[in-house]
Parts: sequence; C-alpha cells; structure tokens
Amino acid sequence: MRLEYFDMIDTVVTFDPSQKRIVTRSTVPAASPVFEGHFPGHPLVPGVLLTETMAQASGYLLLGLNGLSQMPFLMTVDKARFRTFVEPGTVLDAEAELVIEGSGYAATKAKLSSAGKPICDAQLRFRLMPFPADMRTLMQGRIEAIGLEPEPAP
Amino acid sequence: MSATFETVAGIISETCDIPRDKITPQSHAIDDLGIDSLAFLDIAFAIDKAFGIKLPLEQWTQEVNEGKAPAEQYFVLENLCKRIDELVAAKKA
Repeated sequence: MRLEYFDMIDTVVTFDPSQKRIVTRSTVPAASPVFEGHFPGHPLVPGVLLTETMAQASGYLLLGLNGLSQMPFLMTVDKARFRTFVEPGTVLDAEAELVIEGSGYAATKAKLSSAGKPICDAQLRFRLMPFPADMRTLMQGRIEAIGLEPEPAP
Repeated sequence: MSATFETVAGIISETCDIPRDKITPQSHAIDDLGIDSLAFLDIAFAIDKAFGIKLPLEQWTQEVNEGKAPAEQYFVLENLCKRIDELVAAKKA
C-alpha cells in the first residue's frame, strides 16, 4: 500500500465471478508523508483513503468481471460509515460485491475490516466508460501485480 | 398521470433536488430540467431498482449521438415512462 500514490491494494485474496465478489488485502505502511499532516504525532489513515481503498477493491471486481472491457470511475458514495481508526501497520481486508450492473454504470457494496473487526463500509456507484488512451495497459499491469485473473471480455 | 410518471418524477426530484412541481410529463430531462449525464446515471440506477429493469442508456445515447433517434424519444419524461412501461411489460412476458 502506497498512500501517496493511491496504490491501495496489495493483493487479491479471492475473486469469485459466480458470486460477483472480491476480497483483497493491504498493509498500511509504517511511514508515509500522509501521516505528517494527518495528524502530526498521531498518524491515522484519512477516511478519504479508506473510501478509495473500498473503491479500488470494487473497481478491480468490476474489471475482473468485465474482462477489462470498460473502465470503472467512481461517481457516487452512499451511506459511508467509519467505525474505527486505522493506524500504520494495520492489515486491511477489503471486500466488495456487485449489487447491480446497469447500462453504463455499476453499483457495489464494500467494506474494510482488520482481523475480522469492521472498520468502514459504503455503497458505491461507478460510471463504466471506454478506457481513455493507454489506461487499459496501465490497469492490465496493476491487475497482474495484485494477482487478479479477470474473466474473458464479453 | 400514470403511476410510472409519479415514480419517475419522485426519483428525479429526490436525486437532482428539483422541486416536484417543476417536473411534468412534457419536461425534457436535459433541456428543461438541466440533468447532466452523470446525474442521469444516478436516476437510471434508481429507476432500475424501482422497476426491476435495465434501462438501455448506452444504446439510447448511441442512437441519439448517431442521429438515429431524436433525444426527445427517450428524454422527454412521458416518452421515458412509455419506454419504462415497455421494458416492464417485456420482463413480465
């Protein structure tokens, strides 16, 4: 996990296309420039980055299901709840499941936990669009790096 | 007015914070109500959930962009509601 690069997912634990569900794992780094401001002497992962982690887990789920045929962009965050603080060194499990796939959008439910303890959850929606420029190649590289094996493209 | 229109108008009012009395069957979602494409996806999500259908928004947008259909055919609310009723009927058939 590299907070300052928005590189939130370390590895895929499970990807189940039949259940339309993914579980990923990440370890919060011991040090990051983010912690210098949030907060000095009391490092905590900002809620916005916890939301980003849920969004990226959901995004990889959608990419895995659609075989990298469309790129998901976060468009709506509903009912976000942050239940506990996240400190450096924490191992985060992100779980995301598909709720609805519509025409041009998809909705997921996502949550983060650590050692089974709930951290946060939200309902997310994504706009599905053609890949801009060379972004598909970039995402292909990221998917390989975290160990996601996507379904064949429709 | 139809139950479909009442449901759709309620969804638009709540999703886009538009006063309900400004939404009529003749309203054009884009030209009259100022709904942009991103907001329309939120509306499509709510309509899909409420009616148990999948609005073919990508197909409609492509038809309009390619000049194969006028935007009014899908984005004037009374026409949108007709499309929704057709999709609901097709699902039941």
